[in-house]
Amino acid sequence: MYPQARIFIRTALIYLLLAFLVGALVLVNQGLDLNPRIGALQPVFYHLLMVGWATQLICGVALWMFPSFSREQPHGDQRLGWITYGGLNIGLLLRVVAEPLLAWTGAAGWGWALAVSALLQVVAIWAFIAAIWPRVKVRPTFRGKPSG
Amino acid sequence: MPRLSLWLVRTALIWLGIGQTLGGLVLANKGLPLLPWLWTLRSSHIHILLIGWTVQLAFGVAFWILPRLGGGSRGNERLVALCYATLNLGVLLAALHDPLASLVGLDALWPLPVLTGLCYVVAAAAFLIHAFPRVLPLPTLPTEKP
Repeated sequence: MYPQARIFIRTALIYLLLAFLVGALVLVNQGLDLNPRIGALQPVFYHLLMVGWATQLICGVALWMFPSFSREQPHGDQRLGWITYGGLNIGLLLRVVAEPLLAWTGAAGWGWALAVSALLQVVAIWAFIAAIWPRVKVRPTFRGKPSG
Repeated sequence: MPRLSLWLVRTALIWLGIGQTLGGLVLANKGLPLLPWLWTLRSSHIHILLIGWTVQLAFGVAFWILPRLGGGSRGNERLVALCYATLNLGVLLAALHDPLASLVGLDALWPLPVLTGLCYVVAAAAFLIHAFPRVLPLPTLPTEKP
């Protein structure tokens, strides 16, 4: 496994633990009514799990295992992978902080932070699509042998 | 990668881009409320990313890498084509429902969720019937006797 894919997958594993910690806190709060503010963490839990864990794990495994881009550049342009990694993680962490704080304080600055978080995550995903699209391909045929 | 996997994975990637963009609009609108209508895209965002992206990507990769049947066959490919068509029709109908309902009302759109549910069940059943026989142990090579 090459370094970029390792970083994606290890970061995804860290998010898995973070997501379950936040999810557990939300569930404990539902049962024990610790603090009504904790309920604002529910969308944070969903996105830590689905963006931080699931999407990032898929990105890492796809960048690692999908067919090679070319013999010289098996993983294609790795800069696109780094844009994905940076955008996804900075965007998600910004959301994790800004979304509950917006709900708790209503301060407009956190609203702007959410908009920036959205933009970063959208850019990250389109960069991933650009990176992986040319590697989703049918195996070329050699000497008349069938592809597949 | 076989051609059907190419279609499934590339379509999943298109849904990923669309679903993430819709999610970005909903999130940005949560922070800076500009257009209340954008909130109706939330359900589309969820359907597109859960079914159109995640489930379809899993189908595409599974069709590619599951063990092959005798003679190197990947089994009944028509079932996977049926799965592809119904899954994407279902995602499209689900994605259109809430934004359309906010414009024309819920009453006129009752067939959409029914058709969506039907499409999802047909897609899942077709893939299950296709993939079930391909979930096999790896063939064991004959060992040399001492």
